[in-house]
Amino acid sequence: MGTYRRVMAVAAAGVLALAGCGGSGTGGGSAPGTGVKPPKVDRLAAIGAGEGEVDIVSWAGYVENGTDDPKVDWVTPFTRATGCKVNNKVGGTSDEMVTLMKTGDYDLVSASGDATLRLIYGGNVAPVNTDLVPNYADIQSFLKLKGWNSVDGVPYGIPHGWGANLLMWRTDKVTPAPTSWGVVFEANSPYKGRITAYDSPIYLADAALYLMKTKPDLKITNPYALDDTQFQAAVDLLKAQNKNIGEYWSDYTKEVQAFKAGNSVVGTTWQVITNTIGTDAPVQAILPSEGATGWSDTWMVAAKAKHPNCAYKWLDWIVSPEVNAQVAEYFGEAPANARACDHTADKAFCGTYHAAEAGYAAKIWYWTTPTAQCLDGRTGVTCKDYAAWTKAWTEIKG
Amino acid sequence: MPPVPVPAPAGPGRARAPRPGRALSSWLYRHARVRLGLLLSAPLLWLVVAYLGALALLLVSSLWTVDTFTGDIVRHPSLDNFRAIAGTPVYRTVALRSVAVAAAVTVIDALIALPMAFYLAKVAAPRWRGWLVIAVLTPLWASYLVKAYAWRVMLANGGPLDDLFGGPGHGPGYGLTATVIVLSYLWLPYMILPIYAGLERLSDSLLEASADLGARAFRTWRSVVLPMIVPSVFAGSIFTFSLSLGDYITVQIVGGKTQLIGNLVYANIGAAGNLPLSAALATIPVLVMVVYLVAVRRLGALEQL
Amino acid sequence: MTVSPLTRWLLRLAMAAGLAVIYVPLALVLVNSFNADRTFAWPPPRWTTGWWVRAWDSTGAREALWTSVKAGLGATAVALVLGTMVAFAVQRYRFFGREAVSLLVVLPIALPGIVTGIALDSAFRTVAEPLGVGKGLLSVVVGHATFCVVVVYNNVVARLRRLGGNLAEASADLGASPVQTFRYVTFPLLRSALFAGALLAFALSFDEVIVTTFTAGPGVRTLPLWIFENLFRPNQAPVINVVAAVLILASVIPIYLAQRVSAGSGGGRI
Repeated sequence: MGTYRRVMAVAAAGVLALAGCGGSGTGGGSAPGTGVKPPKVDRLAAIGAGEGEVDIVSWAGYVENGTDDPKVDWVTPFTRATGCKVNNKVGGTSDEMVTLMKTGDYDLVSASGDATLRLIYGGNVAPVNTDLVPNYADIQSFLKLKGWNSVDGVPYGIPHGWGANLLMWRTDKVTPAPTSWGVVFEANSPYKGRITAYDSPIYLADAALYLMKTKPDLKITNPYALDDTQFQAAVDLLKAQNKNIGEYWSDYTKEVQAFKAGNSVVGTTWQVITNTIGTDAPVQAILPSEGATGWSDTWMVAAKAKHPNCAYKWLDWIVSPEVNAQVAEYFGEAPANARACDHTADKAFCGTYHAAEAGYAAKIWYWTTPTAQCLDGRTGVTCKDYAAWTKAWTEIKG
Repeated sequence: MPPVPVPAPAGPGRARAPRPGRALSSWLYRHARVRLGLLLSAPLLWLVVAYLGALALLLVSSLWTVDTFTGDIVRHPSLDNFRAIAGTPVYRTVALRSVAVAAAVTVIDALIALPMAFYLAKVAAPRWRGWLVIAVLTPLWASYLVKAYAWRVMLANGGPLDDLFGGPGHGPGYGLTATVIVLSYLWLPYMILPIYAGLERLSDSLLEASADLGARAFRTWRSVVLPMIVPSVFAGSIFTFSLSLGDYITVQIVGGKTQLIGNLVYANIGAAGNLPLSAALATIPVLVMVVYLVAVRRLGALEQL
Repeated sequence: MTVSPLTRWLLRLAMAAGLAVIYVPLALVLVNSFNADRTFAWPPPRWTTGWWVRAWDSTGAREALWTSVKAGLGATAVALVLGTMVAFAVQRYRFFGREAVSLLVVLPIALPGIVTGIALDSAFRTVAEPLGVGKGLLSVVVGHATFCVVVVYNNVVARLRRLGGNLAEASADLGASPVQTFRYVTFPLLRSALFAGALLAFALSFDEVIVTTFTAGPGVRTLPLWIFENLFRPNQAPVINVVAAVLILASVIPIYLAQRVSAGSGGGRI
């Protein structure tokens, strides 16, 4: 037993020694606005010959090759035109995408605003050489060089499209037809156990948005800038909602199945989910009266991409007018390319989605990474950063 | 069996240098420690260096933290993660819930497996026994994911289980109950196998002797059979307990909004990119399993695996 | 074995009920592979064999199957070698740390898969990748072999315990070298135990999803990973049912073989 104890003691000491070495702190930056610059990463100077394949991380529905629906395919023509085979990994949430990009195994990512800055400041993505992407010229001007896709006038990605998180319900099970987010937040809900919500800490912003309109004395001006009191109110609202929740979803087809079977009858959705359900079940989706959170997605190139040439070929392909129109119609979002509106199958598509209206686009609260430095400009208080949101999300789910 | 070649006896005047291979094996025969070392070298290299080393690395990373904005790992050791786990009630709740689920699954499986294994080993006609064992083992080859998804379909609103309980909404639906049911279903063969093997080794003469002494079936069962197969039950429980404790996939498929410790570990390493917190959370099931293993080892369960 | 007729009938009932519960979901899988509705409306509104045709044409499924077979064979081979070596060491020798070794062998399968997965993943990232060895099929084989060692180990130890040392000693008395003894005496007696262990190891590796998720490189997709990716996609889920149905039907063969082998050698364990 004495030998055993000695061996264990040595092992424990070894573990502690290992923990200490490796230096403290790493590179990478901290919150923007503190004067810290993103790490220096080189951008591609010129496009060379294709490498034969490209690895992409994307939202479900952005990289379709016909296996989901034989009529929905813009990958096969791409491979035919460029010789680049596409390997696609679908991410369910922005967090997943950030983690995947950190592995260094992927060349491209379709990042939403709550992932872009983390990737930029983490040195995981490179600035984009827009001269190498001819179709960039046609991108709507109100999407270029925004706070979430550029730093100090340097563009870090190509805008793809934008949309809102909508409220969907089963028209045969939820009456009267809801017009407000209150239907998923009310305490004694008749739909207890059948409500669904998006499974990510960023959903706290939806609660904050609801409180912004229904509890004005909390003085929330930006759902991503929450001080202690405002944050606690949002957390309490979601903890109360948790009692009525049936399932949280991050896999969009899981939500499709849940709504079809009737396990979920009301909750947050993306337009693509409503489109996929189609006529298989009676559903409807609206943008409620309080407004909505949403996402503005940007294609970004990895810092040490193994297939940079194919990556740039994909960038030009995916924002070309015809393909951008195809993706936007399949997914149900406003396309970033202004000329895509001429190529949509439904001629009223761009009107329905307000694709060219800068004013409408400005009303959606796009996913943004919350930081300790309040995003609404307040200086006297510290806001909760994303780590706090993540921790709270675990507590909300219980 | 093929005949063993026997070398010609070396008599006087026929002194012959042994073949090199023979010399080596004779030398090895005399040096048992070297033989042991050779036998143990490769496996220990694999298990200790690769596996235990990886676990140690995980333990070390649980002492690190993550830069909150960029997500890069800060290699400055501290007990922050463990303090956070100990201080936040939700982690305690989830850990206890996971242990409870694992225990429930183990008990349910043991209760179902015992009569089945007993039937297989002792009551079934030898002619049918082979086929019945095959019938019990075949589901092991059906993909775990497909089985879990089949249960999701069965538990769906208006599905077969709802009909069984009297109409849409009356069944268990998705949640903790569904998770326990499905996990019990998935691990049942792993519980049946060791108990069946243990019962097979139980000699019939013991049972006959008990009957000769006047014991009815239940008394024989309680006083003779059960004590002898307790190690087998615990051997099976190692599988059901550990497989349930770390599972995160079944919960995602049929668990509704339930969170188990596996989900927390997975969420923090995948979605949140926080490997140190993940590693710290992972130490909980590791500790539970190590304690459990040491406990059942004394009962002789490890030999019955 | 004197068991009262009532008990016999109760046990028979328990067995039948148990088998029914085990097979109902599998039967559902089989039936749904012919269900024309993509989300498995119950009862099936229309029947179709289209999914079977699709599955046959699916290159993704075939590649994933082949990758799984390769990983399984690799893991089984490594597990056979390592498991037998450890079994011999533990069963035939007495040494310091003998109990610890047997505990160590069980550890990979006793610890939750997610722990093994993230441990091996971070080890690969920190140690192997700087040396140029990326994650790929090799890392999958390493991960699987680690927890497959124990099933081979258990079977061999059980068999060695039954054999005892007498036969080996007799062979040595007759002049055989240790290599000859192993080749002509020990190995033939171990064969069925090795076969049973290899079969179970292969089955464990074939259906493993959690450890594989963390150790597979970007291009490597075993069958369980492919199933996981496609499980919820509306047009792919029925194809998965077909794949699962084929697996179930095809698996009867190796299990039957294993039963024959272990029954023939006087009751080993699969």
